[in-house]
Amino acid sequence: MAYSEKLLEHFKHPKNVGTLDKSSKNVGTGLVGAPECGDVMRLQIEVDDESGVIKDAKFKTFGCGSAIASSSLATEWLKGKTIDEAMSIDNMAIVEELALPPVKIHCSVLAEDAIKGAIEDYKSKNK
Amino acid sequence: MDNKKLIYLDNNATTPTDPRVVDAMLPYFYTHPGNAASRNHPFGWAAEEAVDYSRDMIANLLGVDGKEIIFTSGATESDNLALKGVYEMYQRKGNHIITLTTEHKAVLDSCKKIEKMGGKVTYLEVNNEGLVDLKQLEAAITDKTILVSIMWANNETGVIQPMKEIGAICEKHGVLFMSDATQAVGKIPVKPKEVGVHLMAFTGHKMYGPKGVGVLFVNRKNPRVKVTAQIDGGGHERGMRSGTLNVPGIVGIGKAAEIANNEMAAEAERLSKLRDRLEAGLMKMEETYINGSVANRMPHVTNISFKHVEGEGLMMTFNQNIGVSSGSACTSASLEPSYVLIALGLGDDLAHSSIRFSLGRFTTEEEIDYAIEAVSKGVQHMRDLSPIWEMYKEGVDLESIEWSAH
Repeated sequence: MAYSEKLLEHFKHPKNVGTLDKSSKNVGTGLVGAPECGDVMRLQIEVDDESGVIKDAKFKTFGCGSAIASSSLATEWLKGKTIDEAMSIDNMAIVEELALPPVKIHCSVLAEDAIKGAIEDYKSKNK
Repeated sequence: MDNKKLIYLDNNATTPTDPRVVDAMLPYFYTHPGNAASRNHPFGWAAEEAVDYSRDMIANLLGVDGKEIIFTSGATESDNLALKGVYEMYQRKGNHIITLTTEHKAVLDSCKKIEKMGGKVTYLEVNNEGLVDLKQLEAAITDKTILVSIMWANNETGVIQPMKEIGAICEKHGVLFMSDATQAVGKIPVKPKEVGVHLMAFTGHKMYGPKGVGVLFVNRKNPRVKVTAQIDGGGHERGMRSGTLNVPGIVGIGKAAEIANNEMAAEAERLSKLRDRLEAGLMKMEETYINGSVANRMPHVTNISFKHVEGEGLMMTFNQNIGVSSGSACTSASLEPSYVLIALGLGDDLAHSSIRFSLGRFTTEEEIDYAIEAVSKGVQHMRDLSPIWEMYKEGVDLESIEWSAH
Protein backbone atom coordinates (compact mmCIF):
# COMPACT_ATOMS: atom_id res chain seq x y z
CA MET A 1 0.00 0.00 0.00
CA ALA A 2 1.06 3.61 -0.44
CA TYR A 3 2.43 4.79 2.87
CA SER A 4 3.11 8.37 3.99
CA GLU A 5 6.59 9.89 3.83
CA LYS A 6 6.78 10.02 7.64
CA LEU A 7 5.88 6.36 7.94
CA LEU A 8 8.44 5.35 5.33
CA GLU A 9 11.09 7.42 7.11
CA HIS A 10 10.39 5.60 10.41
CA PHE A 11 10.52 2.30 8.59
CA LYS A 12 13.78 2.95 6.74
CA HIS A 13 15.49 4.65 9.68
CA PRO A 14 13.73 3.49 12.81
CA LYS A 15 14.44 5.47 15.98
CA ASN A 16 15.71 3.94 19.20
CA VAL A 17 16.01 0.33 18.16
CA GLY A 18 17.47 -1.78 20.92
CA THR A 19 17.27 -3.39 24.30
CA LEU A 20 17.42 -2.06 27.86
CA ASP A 21 18.25 -4.16 30.89
CA LYS A 22 14.84 -5.46 31.91
CA SER A 23 16.06 -6.55 35.33
CA SER A 24 16.92 -2.97 36.26
CA LYS A 25 14.53 -1.26 38.67
CA ASN A 26 14.39 1.84 36.47
CA VAL A 27 13.35 -0.04 33.37
CA GLY A 28 9.76 -0.87 32.43
CA THR A 29 9.13 -3.42 29.68
CA GLY A 30 5.94 -3.82 27.68
CA LEU A 31 5.66 -6.95 25.49
CA VAL A 32 2.43 -7.11 23.48
CA GLY A 33 1.01 -9.05 20.56
CA ALA A 34 1.80 -12.64 19.51
CA PRO A 35 3.78 -14.33 16.73
CA GLU A 36 0.57 -16.04 15.50
CA CYS A 37 -0.97 -12.61 14.99
CA GLY A 38 1.98 -11.35 12.97
CA ASP A 39 2.60 -8.52 15.45
CA VAL A 40 4.90 -8.47 18.48
CA MET A 41 6.12 -5.20 19.99
CA ARG A 42 8.58 -4.88 22.83
CA LEU A 43 8.79 -1.34 24.16
CA GLN A 44 11.06 -0.36 27.05
CA ILE A 45 11.43 2.84 29.09
CA GLU A 46 14.16 3.94 31.45
CA VAL A 47 12.86 6.34 34.08
CA ASP A 48 14.84 8.85 36.13
CA ASP A 49 13.97 8.13 39.80
CA GLU A 50 14.05 11.69 41.04
CA SER A 51 12.20 13.53 38.29
CA GLY A 52 9.95 10.70 37.09
CA VAL A 53 10.94 11.61 33.56
CA ILE A 54 11.49 8.96 30.88
CA LYS A 55 15.10 9.50 29.92
CA ASP A 56 15.41 6.68 27.41
CA ALA A 57 13.14 4.44 25.37
CA LYS A 58 13.89 1.51 23.09
CA PHE A 59 11.84 -0.81 20.93
CA LYS A 60 11.95 -3.95 18.82
CA THR A 61 9.03 -5.05 16.65
CA PHE A 62 8.08 -8.11 14.61
CA GLY A 63 5.44 -6.79 12.25
CA CYS A 64 4.59 -4.88 9.12
CA GLY A 65 5.74 -1.40 8.10
CA SER A 66 2.92 0.25 10.06
CA ALA A 67 3.72 -1.69 13.21
CA ILE A 68 7.41 -0.80 13.05
CA ALA A 69 6.72 2.86 12.34
CA SER A 70 4.13 3.09 15.14
CA SER A 71 6.49 1.69 17.75
CA SER A 72 9.45 3.78 16.51
CA LEU A 73 7.32 6.92 16.77
CA ALA A 74 6.16 5.87 20.24
CA THR A 75 9.74 5.75 21.55
CA GLU A 76 10.39 9.25 20.19
CA TRP A 77 7.33 10.63 21.91
CA LEU A 78 8.13 8.89 25.19
CA LYS A 79 11.57 10.41 25.68
CA GLY A 80 11.39 13.49 27.87
CA LYS A 81 7.83 12.88 29.11
CA THR A 82 6.85 12.06 32.65
CA ILE A 83 5.10 8.78 33.40
CA ASP A 84 1.74 10.53 33.70
CA GLU A 85 2.19 12.38 30.43
CA ALA A 86 3.16 9.11 28.77
CA MET A 87 -0.03 7.40 29.99
CA SER A 88 -2.07 9.89 28.00
CA ILE A 89 -0.49 9.07 24.63
CA ASP A 90 -3.45 8.08 22.47
CA ASN A 91 -3.32 5.70 19.50
CA MET A 92 -5.26 8.13 17.27
CA ALA A 93 -2.41 10.61 17.60
CA ILE A 94 -0.12 7.94 16.09
CA VAL A 95 -2.66 7.29 13.31
CA GLU A 96 -2.74 11.00 12.47
CA GLU A 97 1.00 11.57 12.62
CA LEU A 98 1.75 8.63 10.32
CA ALA A 99 -1.46 8.87 8.24
CA LEU A 100 -2.13 5.17 8.86
CA PRO A 101 -4.69 3.67 6.51
CA PRO A 102 -7.87 2.35 8.23
CA VAL A 103 -6.80 -1.29 7.87
CA LYS A 104 -3.62 -0.51 9.88
CA ILE A 105 -5.15 1.36 12.80
CA HIS A 106 -4.79 -1.72 14.99
CA CYS A 107 -0.99 -1.30 14.78
CA SER A 108 -1.29 2.03 16.61
CA VAL A 109 -3.53 0.41 19.22
CA LEU A 110 -0.85 -2.19 19.84
CA ALA A 111 1.75 0.57 20.24
CA GLU A 112 -0.45 2.30 22.83
CA ASP A 113 -0.82 -1.04 24.64
CA ALA A 114 2.95 -1.46 24.59
CA ILE A 115 3.44 1.98 26.13
CA LYS A 116 0.94 1.27 28.88
CA GLY A 117 2.48 -2.16 29.43
CA ALA A 118 5.94 -0.64 29.93
CA ILE A 119 4.58 1.94 32.36
CA GLU A 120 2.66 -0.70 34.34
CA ASP A 121 5.77 -2.82 34.56
CA TYR A 122 7.86 0.12 35.84
CA LYS A 123 5.19 1.05 38.38
CA SER A 124 4.92 -2.49 39.68
CA LYS A 125 8.67 -2.52 40.33
CA ASN A 126 8.61 0.83 42.11
CA LYS A 127 5.65 0.66 44.43
CA MET B 1 22.75 -2.97 -12.14
CA ASP B 2 20.60 0.07 -12.60
CA ASN B 3 18.95 0.77 -9.27
CA LYS B 4 15.87 2.18 -10.88
CA LYS B 5 15.14 -0.99 -12.83
CA LEU B 6 12.07 -2.83 -11.64
CA ILE B 7 12.42 -6.56 -11.16
CA TYR B 8 9.23 -8.57 -11.50
CA LEU B 9 9.12 -11.80 -9.52
CA ASP B 10 5.36 -12.01 -9.13
CA ASN B 11 4.46 -13.90 -12.32
CA ASN B 12 1.93 -16.04 -10.46
CA ALA B 13 -0.10 -12.88 -9.88
CA THR B 14 0.02 -11.98 -13.57
CA THR B 15 2.50 -12.08 -16.44
CA PRO B 16 3.60 -9.32 -18.78
CA THR B 17 1.91 -9.73 -22.17
CA ASP B 18 4.57 -10.95 -24.59
CA PRO B 19 5.24 -8.25 -27.24
CA ARG B 20 4.65 -10.88 -29.93
CA VAL B 21 1.18 -11.42 -28.49
CA VAL B 22 0.45 -7.70 -28.46
CA ASP B 23 1.53 -7.46 -32.10
CA ALA B 24 -0.77 -10.33 -33.04
CA MET B 25 -3.72 -8.68 -31.26
CA LEU B 26 -3.42 -5.13 -32.60
CA PRO B 27 -4.94 -5.57 -36.07
CA TYR B 28 -8.16 -6.87 -34.50
CA PHE B 29 -8.97 -3.58 -32.82
CA TYR B 30 -9.20 -1.32 -35.85
CA THR B 31 -8.01 -2.95 -39.08
CA HIS B 32 -10.08 -6.13 -38.68
CA PRO B 33 -12.76 -5.00 -36.27
CA GLY B 34 -15.45 -7.49 -37.14
CA ASN B 35 -17.69 -9.42 -34.78
CA ALA B 36 -16.84 -13.12 -35.16
CA ALA B 37 -20.57 -13.89 -35.30
CA SER B 38 -21.16 -11.63 -38.31
CA ARG B 39 -21.47 -14.41 -40.85
CA ASN B 40 -22.37 -12.31 -43.85
CA HIS B 41 -19.41 -10.09 -44.63
CA PRO B 42 -15.59 -10.13 -44.77
CA PHE B 43 -15.26 -8.22 -41.53
CA GLY B 44 -16.93 -11.04 -39.65
CA TRP B 45 -15.19 -13.75 -41.67
CA ALA B 46 -11.77 -12.32 -40.82
CA ALA B 47 -12.67 -12.27 -37.13
CA GLU B 48 -14.08 -15.78 -37.23
CA GLU B 49 -10.97 -17.07 -38.97
CA ALA B 50 -8.74 -15.49 -36.34
CA VAL B 51 -10.81 -17.04 -33.55
CA ASP B 52 -10.74 -20.47 -35.21
CA TYR B 53 -6.98 -20.26 -35.55
CA SER B 54 -6.66 -19.48 -31.84
CA ARG B 55 -8.93 -22.35 -30.96
CA ASP B 56 -6.66 -24.64 -32.91
CA MET B 57 -3.48 -23.29 -31.30
CA ILE B 58 -4.96 -23.86 -27.86
CA ALA B 59 -6.28 -27.29 -28.81
CA ASN B 60 -2.78 -28.20 -30.05
CA LEU B 61 -1.20 -27.13 -26.80
CA LEU B 62 -3.63 -29.26 -24.78
CA GLY B 63 -3.90 -32.22 -27.15
CA VAL B 64 -7.66 -31.79 -27.54
CA ASP B 65 -10.16 -30.89 -30.27
CA GLY B 66 -10.94 -27.25 -31.12
CA LYS B 67 -14.64 -27.97 -30.52
CA GLU B 68 -13.79 -28.61 -26.87
CA ILE B 69 -12.50 -25.06 -26.26
CA ILE B 70 -14.90 -22.46 -24.88
CA PHE B 71 -13.74 -18.87 -24.56
CA THR B 72 -14.62 -16.92 -21.42
CA SER B 73 -13.45 -13.74 -19.69
CA GLY B 74 -10.90 -15.56 -17.58
CA ALA B 75 -10.23 -18.48 -15.25
CA THR B 76 -12.58 -17.17 -12.56
CA GLU B 77 -15.46 -17.24 -15.02
CA SER B 78 -14.35 -20.65 -16.33
CA ASP B 79 -14.28 -22.05 -12.78
CA ASN B 80 -17.75 -20.65 -12.12
CA LEU B 81 -19.07 -22.09 -15.38
CA ALA B 82 -17.55 -25.52 -14.73
CA LEU B 83 -18.72 -25.87 -11.13
CA LYS B 84 -22.15 -24.26 -11.33
CA GLY B 85 -22.69 -25.48 -14.87
CA VAL B 86 -22.03 -29.11 -13.93
CA TYR B 87 -24.03 -28.81 -10.71
CA GLU B 88 -27.08 -27.59 -12.62
CA MET B 89 -26.70 -29.93 -15.59
CA TYR B 90 -26.23 -33.11 -13.56
CA GLN B 91 -28.60 -32.51 -10.68
CA ARG B 92 -30.63 -35.59 -11.48
CA LYS B 93 -27.49 -37.64 -11.01
CA GLY B 94 -26.44 -36.12 -7.72
CA ASN B 95 -25.52 -32.98 -5.79
CA HIS B 96 -22.15 -33.72 -4.17
CA ILE B 97 -18.85 -32.10 -5.11
CA ILE B 98 -15.40 -32.87 -3.69
CA THR B 99 -12.60 -30.31 -3.68
CA LEU B 100 -9.53 -29.25 -1.64
CA THR B 101 -9.11 -26.58 1.04
CA THR B 102 -6.19 -25.14 -0.97
CA GLU B 103 -8.15 -24.31 -4.12
CA HIS B 104 -8.35 -20.79 -5.54
CA LYS B 105 -11.15 -18.60 -4.22
CA ALA B 106 -12.90 -18.81 -7.61
CA VAL B 107 -13.45 -22.50 -6.88
CA LEU B 108 -14.04 -22.23 -3.12
CA ASP B 109 -16.51 -19.35 -3.36
CA SER B 110 -18.37 -21.06 -6.22
CA CYS B 111 -18.64 -24.13 -3.98
CA LYS B 112 -20.01 -21.99 -1.15
CA LYS B 113 -22.64 -20.67 -3.54
CA ILE B 114 -23.51 -24.22 -4.57
CA GLU B 115 -23.92 -25.14 -0.90
CA LYS B 116 -26.35 -22.25 -0.50
CA MET B 117 -28.24 -23.61 -3.49
CA GLY B 118 -28.63 -26.93 -1.67
CA GLY B 119 -25.57 -28.82 -2.92
CA LYS B 120 -23.12 -30.70 -0.70
CA VAL B 121 -19.39 -30.02 -0.84
CA THR B 122 -16.55 -31.93 0.80
CA TYR B 123 -13.38 -29.88 1.31
CA LEU B 124 -10.49 -32.33 1.69
CA GLU B 125 -7.41 -31.39 3.72
CA VAL B 126 -3.94 -31.69 2.22
CA ASN B 127 -0.81 -33.08 3.84
CA ASN B 128 2.05 -30.83 4.92
CA GLU B 129 3.52 -30.91 1.44
CA GLY B 130 0.26 -29.61 0.04
CA LEU B 131 -0.73 -32.89 -1.66
CA VAL B 132 -4.13 -34.59 -1.58
CA ASP B 133 -4.45 -37.99 0.14
CA LEU B 134 -5.73 -40.32 -2.58
CA LYS B 135 -7.29 -42.76 -0.12
CA GLN B 136 -9.22 -39.94 1.53
CA LEU B 137 -10.39 -38.77 -1.87
CA GLU B 138 -11.69 -42.19 -2.86
CA ALA B 139 -13.35 -42.66 0.52
CA ALA B 140 -15.18 -39.34 0.14
CA ILE B 141 -16.94 -40.38 -3.08
CA THR B 142 -20.61 -41.32 -2.68
CA ASP B 143 -23.34 -42.29 -5.13
CA LYS B 144 -24.37 -38.64 -5.16
CA THR B 145 -20.93 -37.33 -6.18
CA ILE B 146 -20.99 -35.63 -9.57
CA LEU B 147 -17.68 -33.76 -9.63
CA VAL B 148 -14.18 -33.69 -8.22
CA SER B 149 -12.46 -30.30 -8.56
CA ILE B 150 -8.70 -30.23 -7.95
CA MET B 151 -6.27 -27.62 -9.27
CA TRP B 152 -3.37 -28.75 -11.40
CA ALA B 153 -0.77 -26.50 -9.73
CA ASN B 154 -1.23 -24.28 -6.69
CA ASN B 155 -0.85 -20.54 -7.14
CA GLU B 156 0.88 -19.89 -3.80
CA THR B 157 3.26 -22.83 -3.49
CA GLY B 158 3.45 -24.17 -7.03
CA VAL B 159 2.65 -27.68 -5.75
CA ILE B 160 1.43 -30.05 -8.49
CA GLN B 161 -1.22 -32.63 -7.57
CA PRO B 162 -1.05 -36.32 -8.67
CA MET B 163 -3.40 -35.70 -11.60
CA LYS B 164 -3.16 -39.12 -13.26
CA GLU B 165 -3.96 -40.96 -10.03
CA ILE B 166 -6.89 -38.64 -9.26
CA GLY B 167 -8.16 -39.14 -12.81
CA ALA B 168 -8.03 -42.92 -12.40
CA ILE B 169 -10.09 -42.74 -9.19
CA CYS B 170 -12.70 -40.53 -10.87
CA GLU B 171 -12.89 -42.82 -13.89
CA LYS B 172 -13.34 -45.84 -11.63
CA HIS B 173 -16.32 -44.24 -9.87
CA GLY B 174 -17.86 -42.53 -12.88
CA VAL B 175 -17.33 -39.03 -11.47
CA LEU B 176 -16.40 -36.01 -13.57
CA PHE B 177 -12.96 -34.50 -12.94
CA MET B 178 -12.49 -30.75 -13.22
CA SER B 179 -9.23 -28.86 -12.81
CA ASP B 180 -8.30 -25.21 -12.46
CA ALA B 181 -5.06 -25.37 -14.44
CA THR B 182 -4.38 -21.62 -14.54
CA GLN B 183 -0.90 -21.87 -13.02
CA ALA B 184 0.18 -24.81 -15.19
CA VAL B 185 -1.02 -24.24 -18.76
CA GLY B 186 1.73 -22.86 -20.98
CA LYS B 187 4.38 -23.56 -18.34
CA ILE B 188 4.45 -27.36 -18.09
CA PRO B 189 2.86 -29.97 -20.40
CA VAL B 190 -0.85 -30.07 -19.58
CA LYS B 191 -2.84 -32.76 -21.44
CA PRO B 192 -6.26 -33.23 -19.84
CA LYS B 193 -7.18 -36.32 -21.87
CA GLU B 194 -4.02 -38.11 -20.79
CA VAL B 195 -4.93 -37.86 -17.12
CA GLY B 196 -8.71 -38.09 -17.29
CA VAL B 197 -9.61 -34.44 -16.75
CA HIS B 198 -13.02 -33.63 -18.26
CA LEU B 199 -13.22 -29.88 -17.62
CA MET B 200 -10.32 -27.48 -17.30
CA ALA B 201 -10.08 -23.76 -16.64
CA PHE B 202 -7.25 -21.37 -17.39
CA THR B 203 -6.60 -17.76 -18.36
CA GLY B 204 -4.52 -15.73 -20.80
CA HIS B 205 -2.85 -13.41 -18.35
CA LYS B 206 -0.94 -16.16 -16.54
CA MET B 207 0.71 -17.35 -19.77
CA TYR B 208 2.02 -14.09 -21.23
CA GLY B 209 -1.32 -13.35 -22.89
CA PRO B 210 -3.69 -10.47 -22.18
CA LYS B 211 -6.00 -10.05 -19.20
CA GLY B 212 -9.72 -10.46 -19.81
CA VAL B 213 -9.77 -13.75 -21.73
CA GLY B 214 -9.79 -17.35 -20.59
CA VAL B 215 -10.77 -20.85 -21.60
CA LEU B 216 -12.89 -23.69 -20.33
CA PHE B 217 -12.01 -27.06 -21.88
CA VAL B 218 -15.11 -29.28 -21.99
CA ASN B 219 -14.62 -32.89 -23.02
CA ARG B 220 -16.82 -33.90 -25.93
CA LYS B 221 -16.38 -37.67 -26.38
CA ASN B 222 -16.24 -40.50 -23.89
CA PRO B 223 -17.81 -38.95 -21.97
CA ARG B 224 -19.70 -36.13 -23.62
CA VAL B 225 -19.72 -33.44 -20.96
CA LYS B 226 -22.12 -30.52 -20.90
CA VAL B 227 -22.46 -27.50 -18.66
CA THR B 228 -25.51 -25.30 -18.13
CA ALA B 229 -24.63 -21.81 -19.33
CA GLN B 230 -24.23 -19.24 -16.58
CA ILE B 231 -24.42 -16.34 -19.03
CA ASP B 232 -27.38 -16.33 -21.42
CA GLY B 233 -27.99 -14.31 -24.56
CA GLY B 234 -27.36 -15.51 -28.07
CA GLY B 235 -26.07 -19.02 -27.50
CA HIS B 236 -22.40 -18.46 -28.41
CA GLU B 237 -19.77 -21.13 -27.73
CA ARG B 238 -22.13 -24.03 -28.44
CA GLY B 239 -24.74 -22.60 -26.11
CA MET B 240 -22.40 -22.79 -23.15
CA ARG B 241 -21.29 -19.15 -22.96
CA SER B 242 -23.14 -16.31 -24.60
CA GLY B 243 -21.63 -12.96 -25.48
CA THR B 244 -19.76 -11.40 -28.36
CA LEU B 245 -16.32 -12.97 -28.52
CA ASN B 246 -13.41 -10.85 -27.34
CA VAL B 247 -11.64 -11.24 -30.68
CA PRO B 248 -8.42 -9.35 -29.85
CA GLY B 249 -8.20 -11.16 -26.52
CA ILE B 250 -8.79 -14.52 -28.14
CA VAL B 251 -6.17 -13.82 -30.78
CA GLY B 252 -3.86 -12.98 -27.89
CA ILE B 253 -4.40 -16.15 -25.90
CA GLY B 254 -4.09 -18.17 -29.11
CA LYS B 255 -0.75 -16.57 -29.88
CA ALA B 256 0.36 -17.12 -26.29
CA ALA B 257 -0.53 -20.80 -26.65
CA GLU B 258 1.38 -21.05 -29.92
CA ILE B 259 4.48 -19.51 -28.35
CA ALA B 260 4.16 -21.75 -25.29
CA ASN B 261 3.92 -24.85 -27.43
CA ASN B 262 7.21 -23.94 -29.08
CA GLU B 263 9.15 -22.51 -26.14
CA MET B 264 7.75 -24.11 -22.99
CA ALA B 265 10.25 -26.91 -22.53
CA ALA B 266 13.36 -24.76 -22.86
CA GLU B 267 11.80 -22.03 -20.73
CA ALA B 268 10.93 -24.41 -17.90
CA GLU B 269 14.49 -25.70 -17.91
CA ARG B 270 15.94 -22.19 -17.78
CA LEU B 271 13.57 -20.98 -15.06
CA SER B 272 14.09 -24.07 -12.97
CA LYS B 273 17.81 -23.33 -12.82
CA LEU B 274 17.20 -19.70 -11.93
CA ARG B 275 14.68 -20.68 -9.26
CA ASP B 276 17.12 -23.13 -7.74
CA ARG B 277 19.80 -20.44 -7.78
CA LEU B 278 17.49 -18.00 -5.98
CA GLU B 279 16.49 -20.63 -3.46
CA ALA B 280 20.07 -21.71 -2.76
CA GLY B 281 21.06 -18.08 -2.28
CA LEU B 282 18.29 -17.39 0.20
CA MET B 283 18.42 -20.70 2.06
CA LYS B 284 21.98 -19.81 3.12
CA MET B 285 20.36 -17.79 5.92
CA GLU B 286 19.36 -19.69 9.04
CA GLU B 287 15.72 -20.33 9.96
CA THR B 288 14.47 -20.25 6.36
CA TYR B 289 11.93 -22.83 5.18
CA ILE B 290 10.53 -23.80 1.77
CA ASN B 291 6.76 -24.22 1.81
CA GLY B 292 5.15 -27.04 -0.18
CA SER B 293 6.46 -30.16 -1.86
CA VAL B 294 9.89 -29.56 -3.34
CA ALA B 295 9.66 -32.66 -5.54
CA ASN B 296 6.22 -31.95 -7.00
CA ARG B 297 6.05 -28.31 -7.95
CA MET B 298 6.22 -25.83 -10.79
CA PRO B 299 9.72 -25.04 -12.05
CA HIS B 300 9.48 -21.28 -11.59
CA VAL B 301 8.04 -20.89 -8.08
CA THR B 302 9.46 -20.86 -4.59
CA ASN B 303 7.53 -19.98 -1.45
CA ILE B 304 9.87 -19.33 1.47
CA SER B 305 9.26 -18.44 5.11
CA PHE B 306 11.88 -16.33 6.89
CA LYS B 307 11.26 -17.08 10.53
CA HIS B 308 10.76 -14.21 12.99
CA VAL B 309 10.41 -11.70 10.15
CA GLU B 310 7.01 -10.43 9.01
CA GLY B 311 6.27 -10.60 5.28
CA GLU B 312 4.91 -7.13 4.53
CA GLY B 313 7.70 -5.46 6.44
CA LEU B 314 10.27 -7.58 4.63
CA MET B 315 8.79 -6.69 1.24
CA MET B 316 9.00 -3.02 2.16
CA THR B 317 12.76 -3.29 2.45
CA PHE B 318 13.03 -4.03 -1.27
CA ASN B 319 9.73 -3.22 -2.94
CA GLN B 320 11.07 -0.07 -4.58
CA ASN B 321 12.75 -2.42 -7.05
CA ILE B 322 11.39 -5.93 -6.62
CA GLY B 323 7.80 -7.20 -6.89
CA VAL B 324 6.78 -10.36 -5.00
CA SER B 325 3.82 -11.53 -2.86
CA SER B 326 3.46 -12.58 0.77
CA GLY B 327 1.15 -14.90 2.70
CA SER B 328 1.14 -12.49 5.62
CA ALA B 329 -2.14 -11.28 7.07
CA CYS B 330 -0.83 -7.73 6.84
CA THR B 331 -0.97 -7.89 3.03
CA SER B 332 -4.55 -9.09 2.82
CA ALA B 333 -7.69 -6.98 2.99
CA SER B 334 -9.25 -9.48 5.36
CA LEU B 335 -6.26 -9.47 7.75
CA GLU B 336 -6.23 -13.28 7.59
CA PRO B 337 -2.96 -15.08 6.78
CA SER B 338 -2.76 -17.27 3.67
CA TYR B 339 -5.30 -20.08 4.00
CA VAL B 340 -3.20 -22.22 1.67
CA LEU B 341 -0.14 -22.07 3.92
CA ILE B 342 -2.29 -22.69 7.00
CA ALA B 343 -3.73 -25.76 5.26
CA LEU B 344 -0.15 -27.04 4.88
CA GLY B 345 0.07 -26.95 8.66
CA LEU B 346 2.58 -24.11 8.72
CA GLY B 347 1.33 -22.30 11.78
CA ASP B 348 0.32 -18.65 11.64
CA ASP B 349 3.74 -17.26 12.45
CA LEU B 350 5.42 -18.95 9.47
CA ALA B 351 2.50 -17.96 7.23
CA HIS B 352 3.06 -14.33 8.26
CA SER B 353 6.73 -14.72 7.37
CA SER B 354 6.28 -16.11 3.88
CA ILE B 355 7.26 -14.65 0.54
CA ARG B 356 6.31 -16.13 -2.84
CA PHE B 357 8.83 -15.66 -5.66
CA SER B 358 7.46 -16.56 -9.10
CA LEU B 359 9.88 -16.20 -11.99
CA GLY B 360 8.96 -15.72 -15.64
CA ARG B 361 9.93 -15.48 -19.28
CA PHE B 362 11.59 -12.11 -18.82
CA THR B 363 13.53 -12.91 -15.62
CA THR B 364 17.31 -12.76 -15.99
CA GLU B 365 20.15 -14.23 -13.97
CA GLU B 366 21.33 -10.73 -13.12
CA GLU B 367 17.94 -9.97 -11.60
CA ILE B 368 18.07 -13.14 -9.53
CA ASP B 369 21.48 -12.27 -8.13
CA TYR B 370 20.30 -8.77 -7.30
CA ALA B 371 17.22 -10.21 -5.61
CA ILE B 372 19.26 -12.62 -3.50
CA GLU B 373 21.32 -9.75 -2.18
CA ALA B 374 18.43 -7.34 -1.64
CA VAL B 375 16.23 -9.91 0.10
CA SER B 376 19.08 -11.16 2.29
CA LYS B 377 19.84 -7.59 3.38
CA GLY B 378 16.15 -7.03 4.03
CA VAL B 379 15.88 -10.16 6.18
CA GLN B 380 18.90 -9.05 8.19
CA HIS B 381 17.44 -5.57 8.72
CA MET B 382 14.11 -7.01 9.87
CA ARG B 383 15.77 -9.51 12.18
CA ASP B 384 17.78 -6.70 13.78
CA LEU B 385 14.44 -5.07 14.56
CA SER B 386 12.68 -8.22 15.69
CA PRO B 387 12.23 -8.98 19.42
CA ILE B 388 11.40 -12.60 18.71
CA TRP B 389 14.58 -13.04 16.67
CA GLU B 390 16.50 -11.66 19.64
CA MET B 391 14.70 -14.07 21.96
CA TYR B 392 15.34 -16.99 19.64
CA LYS B 393 19.05 -16.13 19.54
CA GLU B 394 19.15 -16.01 23.32
CA GLY B 395 17.72 -19.51 23.43
CA VAL B 396 14.31 -18.49 24.76
CA ASP B 397 11.61 -21.06 24.02
CA LEU B 398 9.02 -18.91 22.27
CA GLU B 399 6.36 -21.58 22.71
CA SER B 400 6.60 -21.16 26.47
CA ILE B 401 5.78 -17.44 26.50
CA GLU B 402 2.30 -16.29 27.40
CA TRP B 403 1.62 -13.73 24.72
CA SER B 404 -0.93 -11.04 25.36
CA ALA B 405 -2.70 -11.59 22.04
CA HIS B 406 -5.21 -9.00 20.94
